Amino acid sequence: MYYNVFGEKVSRKRYKEMVNAQKNRRELIAARLHLRRDLLKMGLLTAAGTLAAKTGLSARAASLGASPLPINQPASPPTRPFIEPMPVMPVKVPVGSLHPAPTVEPNTAAGEGRTRPHQALTMFPPKKFYIVRQMAAPIQLSPDLPPSIMWGFDGMVPGPTYVARYGEPILIRNFNNLPEDNGGFGIPSPTTHLHNGHTPSESDGNPCDFYDIGQFYDQHYPNVLAGVLSTHKDEGGDIREAMHTLWYHDHRVDFTAQNAYKGLAGFYLLFNEFDTGDENTGFRLPSFPEFDIPMMFADKVFDEDGKLFYDLFNLDGVLGDKFTVNGKIQPFFQVHPRRYRFRWLNIGPSRFYEFFLLDKDNPNAKLPFWQISNDGNLLPRPVQVESVRLGVAERADVIIDFSHYAGKSIYIENRLRQVNGQGPVPPPNDLTPPGQGNLVLRFDVVLPPVEDHSRDPAEITKFYDLPETTEEPRVTRTFKFDRLNGQWSINSQFMDCQEPRFRIQQNSVERWILMNLSGDWQHPIHIHFEEFQLLSRNRKRPPVVERGRKDVVRLTENERLELYFRFRDFLGQYPLHCHNMVHEDHAMMLIWEITPEGDTILVP
Amino acid sequence: MNKVKRRDFLALSAATPLAGGLLTGGTFLESHRATLSARERVRQRYFPNVTVVTHEGKKVRFYDDLIKGKIVTINMMYAHCADVCPMITANLVRVQRLLGDIIGRDIFMVSLTLKPEMDTPELFRQYMKGYGIGPGWTFVTGEPDTLELLRVKLGFTYPDPEKDKDDTLHIGNVRYGNEPKVLWSACPGQAPTAWLITALSFVTPPPLKRKLLSIAQSVRAAQK
Ligand SMILES: [Cu+2]
Repeated sequence: MYYNVFGEKVSRKRYKEMVNAQKNRRELIAARLHLRRDLLKMGLLTAAGTLAAKTGLSARAASLGASPLPINQPASPPTRPFIEPMPVMPVKVPVGSLHPAPTVEPNTAAGEGRTRPHQALTMFPPKKFYIVRQMAAPIQLSPDLPPSIMWGFDGMVPGPTYVARYGEPILIRNFNNLPEDNGGFGIPSPTTHLHNGHTPSESDGNPCDFYDIGQFYDQHYPNVLAGVLSTHKDEGGDIREAMHTLWYHDHRVDFTAQNAYKGLAGFYLLFNEFDTGDENTGFRLPSFPEFDIPMMFADKVFDEDGKLFYDLFNLDGVLGDKFTVNGKIQPFFQVHPRRYRFRWLNIGPSRFYEFFLLDKDNPNAKLPFWQISNDGNLLPRPVQVESVRLGVAERADVIIDFSHYAGKSIYIENRLRQVNGQGPVPPPNDLTPPGQGNLVLRFDVVLPPVEDHSRDPAEITKFYDLPETTEEPRVTRTFKFDRLNGQWSINSQFMDCQEPRFRIQQNSVERWILMNLSGDWQHPIHIHFEEFQLLSRNRKRPPVVERGRKDVVRLTENERLELYFRFRDFLGQYPLHCHNMVHEDHAMMLIWEITPEGDTILVP
Repeated sequence: MNKVKRRDFLALSAATPLAGGLLTGGTFLESHRATLSARERVRQRYFPNVTVVTHEGKKVRFYDDLIKGKIVTINMMYAHCADVCPMITANLVRVQRLLGDIIGRDIFMVSLTLKPEMDTPELFRQYMKGYGIGPGWTFVTGEPDTLELLRVKLGFTYPDPEKDKDDTLHIGNVRYGNEPKVLWSACPGQAPTAWLITALSFVTPPPLKRKLLSIAQSVRAAQK
């Protein structure tokens, strides 16, 4: 199976043509031919910018009328799909103690890169300690490609999975063991964000809290529910704010896309007395780790030599033509004929997906499944769906019942068309027909039948209630996301680490309006620290799967979104940014701060 | 300009093996390129070593003379641009003044024209005089095809071909990088001046990094 950079399935012949066309383009450039004029003159380029079909060089079907391949990006060499199993990341193992012991003040003398004291270390003393090292390692994403030197936590791509519990604070000591030589992209001064922990600012992995090679950084994760120090002190926080699927990733200002693409990302699961990890207790969701599987989706490109490639000078968004799950290109995964919980996460850097299940023998059959969470937060109740759309950093926990498919193979298919960093093709041409999208993973339902004590999602009537949204906001702020002569902006201003743009009063309610007046760009917008509720999309109620708590929201063309927040418990600085990491790195980000007083700037 | 005829071009492509041709039975055969350093790969892909003309009227090689071995900023503009260029140029002039002799010694600035047919070395010299631009900052013009090649290679483009042709929409970002260390990013030309200087510190070695950060801090302090 071959795909082009536009996410369309192509034949092997077509693929070869595409690779050839790409190569020829480079040679044309090398020959210093004027891109448009000379190619037009030579009849090699159509007005729309695609190479003319009659020459046998057509890089893609002209039907979408889209722009040409990014000129500097190669087409990846062919790889065979579904020949390797999908890896499942190992659970990170704690250490007995740390030497030197963690301190409230930054331990600068011992080489810690932290600059601010821990706010809550003594309040929520860690019960477990971890050591993790960001380091380079050779990683092979397909047996048909040579290993690439990537950067991983403990040298793994994706990094190990942290399994945490509410009420059990932890502390992770991060060592920067990255090499000075970046191998062509990435910067060896990382900062690791826990997306979207209720974490004090100094442990959040702020984009501006990066640290140098040889330094370490202690991150304290209290694993507490929002409200723990404010509205719900006596109950230990508001259970309605429980979060379950989090992830961690590099967030280095101006270099996040390069560093995360290079491998610095992993999962962080958070259990409690309801979402227990045991299908015999609580909500009785499929048991971790046998039947509860994190899946990280990342699209990649490889150069002519099969080495991982990143287009350094692309400011729109970097799209891959190879689809990886948990660090393998198009893997397969063997399952028992029973229910599984999958935690789907799109780590970008820029692509949006819409995943369907596909039975290749019967491509038009609708294969429904259950979406139980949005951005790692359980929905009020499971929702039966036929597809899930994910912008960068969005998550969806789904339950798939393979008892219907014993002996068969079922694919995860991305049917969302996207041709460049602008975002997916707008409706009504956004989706490919069934069977013509990108086959990302194949489930083989070949393992023997086993017991299933998980509850049928159809019988689950309630997870958590939603926190009320009736309290009058202290302030309504408006944020306009735009592109000013190619410069990504929020309210016509640009990122600056040192200047928080507004201040939120601690323990207050705010309403934020996110606006996108541009007709041709989409932005997955992420706000750190607090989950929000999406009150409306263009003044209409959002779809049912978005009527939960979220931390990333897709802001589509000409849209106005209304978000409702409670900012509680901790003080300090956090960012608001586009999670198309390429936009984020080029200033579509701002820093805000929680203070005791706050301000009332309406258009920060 | 058209040195390569279509016939030759097709022959050339036929003679070159497909990238996919490197694959045999699941084993990847290393080509000669595999031994190239990351720096050399980036150079080949993004920095054509074309001949351009500086504001002094000197013919120089883009990579060899303006980029190689340097910490640089790169932006695109034209002298008669009345949209965002004046604001971006003024911002970069502030950067140059604040950094003093660091510019021209440790860090170099390069501005490429979008209108080479209009921007002569003479016009650039007047432009620089008007802004009080000092040494260490090179304004670059040359053959239109050469400048177009550089624009595309350096990613100063729009995905929408129609918008890409519209000069008033031209990309206002400033690339910054450390060529030997292969550290490259970009920030808006209209970003706060202190932030532009901070961003430069990301790609500079420690002694200079500290100096840039302290200059950025004093800029912020002065604004308050
Ligand atoms: Cu964006």
